[in-house]
Amino acid sequence: MQDLKLLANDNRGRSQLEAGFDLLGWDEVTQGSVLPSFDGDATGIANMKAEERTYSGYNSYTATVASWRVIKPVFNRDICIDCQNCWVWCPDSSILSRDKQMLGIDYDHCKGCEVCVEVCPTNPKSLLMFNEHADLEESLASWPEKKKKEKKSEEA
Amino acid sequence: MAITSIKNLKEFSTNNDRFEGAHTLCPGCAHSMIVRELMNCTDDNLVVAANTGCLEVSTAVYPFTSWDTSWIHIGFENAATAVTGAEVMHKVRKKKGRLKDNDAPVKFVAFGGDGSTFDIGFQWLSGAMERGHDFTYICLDNENYANTGGQRSSATPVGATTSTSVAGTHSYGKKEKKKDIVSIMAAHGAPYVAQLAPNKWKIMAKGFQKALETEGPCFINTVSPCCTEWKFDPKDTIGITDLSTDSLMFPIYEIIDGHELNILYRPKNVISVEEYMASQGRYKHLFKPQYRHIIEQVQKDVDAKWDLLQRREEARI
Ligand SMILES: Cc1ncc(C[n+]2csc(CCOP(=O)(O)OP(=O)(O)O)c2C)c(N)n1
Ligand code: SF4
Ligand code: SF4
Ligand code: SF4
Ligand SMILES: [Mg+2]
Repeated sequence: MQDLKLLANDNRGRSQLEAGFDLLGWDEVTQGSVLPSFDGDATGIANMKAEERTYSGYNSYTATVASWRVIKPVFNRDICIDCQNCWVWCPDSSILSRDKQMLGIDYDHCKGCEVCVEVCPTNPKSLLMFNEHADLEESLASWPEKKKKEKKSEEA
Repeated sequence: MAITSIKNLKEFSTNNDRFEGAHTLCPGCAHSMIVRELMNCTDDNLVVAANTGCLEVSTAVYPFTSWDTSWIHIGFENAATAVTGAEVMHKVRKKKGRLKDNDAPVKFVAFGGDGSTFDIGFQWLSGAMERGHDFTYICLDNENYANTGGQRSSATPVGATTSTSVAGTHSYGKKEKKKDIVSIMAAHGAPYVAQLAPNKWKIMAKGFQKALETEGPCFINTVSPCCTEWKFDPKDTIGITDLSTDSLMFPIYEIIDGHELNILYRPKNVISVEEYMASQGRYKHLFKPQYRHIIEQVQKDVDAKWDLLQRREEARI
């Protein structure tokens, strides 16, 4: 799979699995609960990249919604022009861009909505949807050729 | 304030998200596109409040929060009240030199759905606007009470079927016209009021920055297409937003100091209301012969509104 080294946490979703064991149930929480998004001081968070931050276990960054997906977007670096359309419109903060470059997809947070594919302007598209279980190398190998006329992207 | 560069998308994309994934909004939901833009258009500290609704329930699912800023939820109707209370406290503590960093710039923002903004939280919002706090209120207008299963609100347009304005043999859907919230907020004498849309990301980011920079109460209505209740394929959220702005169902404009109206986007090719409606299941019944006249009626209203906006812009009133 992708190895982007841009994620501050591995073990995502762990706290979801453990939630039943060491967290208070909904009926045990006193009204007015406070969840810290970060461990320690959060000063200057706006200027820190995800991989530089110390997310707390309460931050949904440490959780996963990967199981929502039945199809997934696959990214083809060779065609991408780094326009960042996919970055600005992804509703799930799942496009990993650094220094004006699109690097890949955060598959723990992507829900497979296909918005990024729709807004990708290249021909052929630099993002296409594949079955969730499709192999990345095989998906890339089966990438369509440049199309004469912009037709709707086909699902592989 | 520390506004971030929005010269082009590449520059904009160097911002570090302060709104995290693994929230539970539907795939393709426009709410999070809008929120991400707001959070990315400034480096200032943000204090955010949210009314009850899809955004709130989906981004604060115990034990998780998707917000990398101070964020509070109290009730359905009172994000404006909560955030303006915080704004006053901040002002006082700053004056007394009691803040950890007295010079750190802080902006106060409230989010509400159309149900909480146009209807149930209306007087709370109006009160906060009248008191003149320094804050920005952003309405995520998906034209229905989406979080409770799609009831009609006073933002629902004529002809839309909702779970409480059901279309059928005796009804064409909602009969009452959409409330003109932008004019109402401008009438409060607010220094900055606008209607913006996520497909026009740059206009939206500029508008957000303007609102955050402007001292006093600012209000922005944003179009937030809801694939679940408008009934369209989640991948089409931006395409549907294009149709909404290009059909002038959602004209993009600002009103400064209650009177100076500027149109911010003029579609090169205006498309028909019919084409807009054909893209969504909530208007499907209007294409039956007995209800087709409703499409024409809405088109007339849209034309009249566009004409009025242009004349107001020209006359500077
Ligand atoms: C005073 C009050 N009335 C009703 C509700 C139930 N309620 C929760 S969310 C919601 C719908 C919210 O609609 P809207 O404000 O348009 O936001 P959306 O979910 O569409 O984004 C309703 C009616 C409530 N929580 N409190
Ligand atoms: S499929 Fe949707 S959630 Fe996944 S990366 Fe693309 S836009 Fe984001
Ligand atoms: S939209 Fe397409 S071309 Fe643009 S950055 Fe994303 S993948 Fe690359
Ligand atoms: S119901 Fe609509 S507004 Fe609510 S999360 Fe789903 S798409 Fe978004
Ligand atoms: Mg709503």
